[in-house]
Amino acid sequence: MAVTTMAKAINAGLRKALEDDPKVLLMGEDIGKLGGVFRVTDGLQKDFGEARVIDSPLAESGIVGTAVGLAMRGFRPVVEIQFDGFVFPAFDQIVTQVAKHNARSSGRTPMPITIRIPYGGGIGAVEHHSESPEAYFAHTAGLRVISPSNPVDAFAMVRQAIACNDPVVFFEPKRRYWDKADVDLTADITSATSPFEARIVRPGGSVTVACYGPMVRTCLEAATVAAADGTELEVIDLRSLSPLDVPTVAASVRRTGRLVVVHEAPVFLGMGAELAARITEECFYSLEAPVLRVGGYHTPYPPSRLEEDYLPDLDRVLDAVDRALAF
Amino acid sequence: MTADGGPELIQLLTPEGERVHHPDYDVDLTPDQLRGLYRDLVLVRRVDSEATALQRQGELGLWAQCIGQEAAQVGSGRALAPGDFAFPTYREHGVAWTRGVAPLQLLSLFRGVTNGGWDPQAHNMALYTIVIGDQTLHAVGYAMGMQRDDDDSAVICYFGDGATSQGDVNEAFVFAAVYNAPVVFFCQNNQWAISEPLERQTRIPLYRRADGFGFPGVRVDGNDVLAVLAVTNAALAAAREGQGPTLIEAFTYRMGAHTTSDDPTRYRVAADLEAWKLKDPIERLKVYLARSGKADHDFFAAVEVEAQEMAVALRDGCRGLPDPAPASMFDHVYSEPHLLVQTERAAFETYHSSFVGGGH
Repeated sequence: MAVTTMAKAINAGLRKALEDDPKVLLMGEDIGKLGGVFRVTDGLQKDFGEARVIDSPLAESGIVGTAVGLAMRGFRPVVEIQFDGFVFPAFDQIVTQVAKHNARSSGRTPMPITIRIPYGGGIGAVEHHSESPEAYFAHTAGLRVISPSNPVDAFAMVRQAIACNDPVVFFEPKRRYWDKADVDLTADITSATSPFEARIVRPGGSVTVACYGPMVRTCLEAATVAAADGTELEVIDLRSLSPLDVPTVAASVRRTGRLVVVHEAPVFLGMGAELAARITEECFYSLEAPVLRVGGYHTPYPPSRLEEDYLPDLDRVLDAVDRALAF
Repeated sequence: MTADGGPELIQLLTPEGERVHHPDYDVDLTPDQLRGLYRDLVLVRRVDSEATALQRQGELGLWAQCIGQEAAQVGSGRALAPGDFAFPTYREHGVAWTRGVAPLQLLSLFRGVTNGGWDPQAHNMALYTIVIGDQTLHAVGYAMGMQRDDDDSAVICYFGDGATSQGDVNEAFVFAAVYNAPVVFFCQNNQWAISEPLERQTRIPLYRRADGFGFPGVRVDGNDVLAVLAVTNAALAAAREGQGPTLIEAFTYRMGAHTTSDDPTRYRVAADLEAWKLKDPIERLKVYLARSGKADHDFFAAVEVEAQEMAVALRDGCRGLPDPAPASMFDHVYSEPHLLVQTERAAFETYHSSFVGGGH
């Protein structure tokens, strides 16, 4: 066990993947000598060489498009998109090629590509550096979309993503990069929980709160405050957005009768909308209140001086919990 | 811009079928090999015309014709070694022919029974790519993989004049150049991107774009199978020897419509088509073979018979292609089990089996 930040846990996971499989390659802007703008790939080029840890030209579509060719050749590329808002030049390659190639080739040419994207706000950044575009990718068949919320999961999940034969969009909650936890850096992924399953991170009987990535810590903090008032939140870390572990959430809602979904992304057509529809269909007779959503507004991500008003925080989560309980 | 390709056009066989020489490029082919190229060109054209007819009869949803571009495709395809890998657009029927992809496999895509059609690894040819230019980056990535595998093979990547405006193609040029990737960019400039002429894509000859990226570019007569073969041989050899990419602009003409859904009479004049008919890739090789005594009447007749037999088989095969099972749409969305797809598949199958007789 070692006290490790999420950024260092991902770094250790990448290192392990590079050690374990010679077909694993890293590619991205500034990931080599600099070690990435968040230092997530720090030291990897020095130890694994420029042929395996590749500083790419400044072109996101080029990064993902060449990863497709490398995957066709039998490699397992792990590409870094420097910030959430810069993934869109690569959107075409991700949606039309990465996502569809396994189906198009009748399973002959899988696309074991991991696309790492630091996402979300709360770091006081300029425009395009704070977004949560995960729903676009979860909407696309052929992609898997996962997001760790803590260093322990990050260390396992990044390796599981790389080991997966399907393309995985791996959303890293950048404002949690510096969160620390005890991580067993010798842990094997064979014994780790599937990255495509949700996990109840705090049991409780009053209201189910489903969240992922950066919002898990926020919701756990809300649960602590709520408990002081006698309200027991059951906090579920979804971990995976595609596939979405509806059964775990449904089982919880059958116990609590109430569901609040929390994410930084805009609520309109977001993961919360999907979860609300599915839970309404599956748990209709268990629900004591409509499923409520807490998330970003239908606005561009605001200037950073306003982001505290845009992002869900402890109070907005508790407000939704109160509204759910008031029904 | 020069309509005839200008003085920089590399040519070994004139439109009149006269064998000419170029200071930098040549091929030395046996009569057998020359006849083989002729056979390729004729059979590819027959696949193309047969598929067009099948679309008119409602057997195919669409067909993208390659008529007029056979020499560019066969000449470059025949330059490839078995270990080389080709990345096509959706019009490279002649390249597919040279890679051993059965014409019926091409038709299966345009009939709508598959979004792919063949095993890319078995033919060293990627599946057709419909989004313009996307495959150029795949080609460069594949070539980067060859570098890492210490494989001294090369990649050839096809695209059209329209694609040169795409960002991905320009990014592919950058990546290939800075990594010195063993890739040959083969641009078939057929003068038209659906209705838009070359002047809507470029102010300079396309092959000269390569200069700005830092690798050589050449313009070859795309209707001259010998020149295409010679130029592609040289570019592939350079790639294999570690000299990095080359851009080949094969100067040709799209004699047909963009696809069977297109009506080129709305945007181009018949006179252009008539002028290009005089540069036909098959006719010039036939004249050369006949005049030089490398092929006789019996040979040409035998190729016609073979083409006719192939067309009949292709027609029958196309009509006999079965529709895929409805639930097969769920088969390969992912390569590992995915909860949503499993759930939807089960619901789909339950719904279908609810009909009398168990089918819908």
